[in-house]
Amino acid sequence: MILLTIFLVGPIISSFYGSLTNASLSGAAAQNSSFVGFDNYAALFADPDFPKSVILTLVFLVASAIVGQNVLGLGLAILMRSSSRMVRSLVGTFVVTAWVLPEIVAAFAAYAFFNETGTLNNMLSAVGIDGPNWLYALPLLSVSLANIWRGTAFSMLIYAAALQDVPTEITESAEVDGARGWQRLLFITIPMIRRSISTNLMLTTLQTLSVFTLIFVMTGGGPGTDSSTLPVLAYQEAFQFGQLGFGTAIATVMLVVGALFSIAYIRVLKPEVD
Amino acid sequence: MGMTSPSHRVMKTASNAVLLLVTLMFALPLMWLLLASFDTRATLSIKLPEIFSLQNFTDVMTPETAFTPLLNSLILAGGCALITVTVSVLAAYPLSRYKMRVNKPFLYGVLFGTGLPITAMMVPVYAVFVAFNLIDSLVGTTLFLAATSLPIAIYMTKNFMDSVPISIEEAAWMDGASMLTTLTHIVIPLMRPGLAVVFIFVFIGAWGNFFVPFVLLLSPGKLPAAVSIFSFFGQYGSVAYGQLAAFSLLYSLPVITLYVFVSRVLGGSSAMAGAVKG
Repeated sequence: MILLTIFLVGPIISSFYGSLTNASLSGAAAQNSSFVGFDNYAALFADPDFPKSVILTLVFLVASAIVGQNVLGLGLAILMRSSSRMVRSLVGTFVVTAWVLPEIVAAFAAYAFFNETGTLNNMLSAVGIDGPNWLYALPLLSVSLANIWRGTAFSMLIYAAALQDVPTEITESAEVDGARGWQRLLFITIPMIRRSISTNLMLTTLQTLSVFTLIFVMTGGGPGTDSSTLPVLAYQEAFQFGQLGFGTAIATVMLVVGALFSIAYIRVLKPEVD
Repeated sequence: MGMTSPSHRVMKTASNAVLLLVTLMFALPLMWLLLASFDTRATLSIKLPEIFSLQNFTDVMTPETAFTPLLNSLILAGGCALITVTVSVLAAYPLSRYKMRVNKPFLYGVLFGTGLPITAMMVPVYAVFVAFNLIDSLVGTTLFLAATSLPIAIYMTKNFMDSVPISIEEAAWMDGASMLTTLTHIVIPLMRPGLAVVFIFVFIGAWGNFFVPFVLLLSPGKLPAAVSIFSFFGQYGSVAYGQLAAFSLLYSLPVITLYVFVSRVLGGSSAMAGAVKG
């Protein structure tokens, strides 16, 4: 409890306070930070990088977590049920390895894959397409794909477990009644695993919201700020430009967003705690 | 039925084909890592090495490049997992065994903590660490890592503890065992596999964590492998891809081994995901 209070609650409080000061890494303000009220927030909303970063974060969230990881994870879990044993274990091995690897290693592998002279462009040129320099031309697409590559395993495992709990009698009787494959999926399987879906949506969203290493290693938030999601922007402002107060304000905004998602997540899980 | 339900064989072939294609996409970046580590003239693209050699591995296996950072990682992740498991057993025991008024708000608090984006907190955490003069301290960083992994660990431990039947403990209480004795002699031995899962889960998380030590630790002698790989990349990254890949593999090996251990020995690859699912 003490640990939790010092290290989790403490930073949250100091985050709110810090975001109200002009603290910086160096110079006079580093010694005596003064209370500047909501100036940091005013500056935040005036800074063109901030709204841009919010939009980038949203696109990144929707593309890689909500759509990418969930749809691909569910798709893989469903397909795995009607595939042969060998293929299943092969899929499991590679998809899960990408997930188990330490963040930084995964980030390097993805960096190499999307690099101008990397695997992807090499393959494209083999079929006659001159691939772009992914990390510079399409940074957000690259990091989103990388995040899908890295995160899908989690959704896949959750959905595979959920699908196992769907009683086969129901889908079979629907089949007898003449429901097609996609109808069974849409009207029976998905409604039956909707709790897993909502839980998983929450968890992947929260995880993706705090993705830093992947983006930081692959593009460094660049070129310019074209792939600076909120965590990367907070880091850049605080440690590269020394605007600790400004970075803290971004962090606070993220904490609030995270807290909202977290509360929604608890509401989903509520029946289990009660 | 014929018309309405697709033939199972067609379905099976189709799913196999799609799955194999997806697997190939997933495997390519990993294959690069593997092949590049055996290739002294590795590039960023996947290619078979002209000569397989262990040169990259011997090059990075020096105390300075690999061993010190790996040892630091071990201290950080091991210490963090040890503290986390100890604290979460102590916290989960009353939560699991007694119906108290604080249970529900506490569990909500724990769940809430699970959801918070830790990355968002690093800037304020840095400020707090400066204030307490804990910057560049392995102990401070370990404690912080432990604190961030506590919510999920408490939740997992409680779930595992709930499945240990209470009747044995009641018998022990009848025989006059104290609560701590019951906990250490009965509950913990019974939930050893569960605790192993929690320990490994936390260990893998701390071992792979890059951002926290990146922000909180400064001196090269204290950096864990995650951060030293990153600085290695910054210094020689544009030339020595093979060595980078070799170092990355060495660093990934322990967590992959632990994961395989959990999924094969401790029952099902979904054990972890299941525990997270709640």
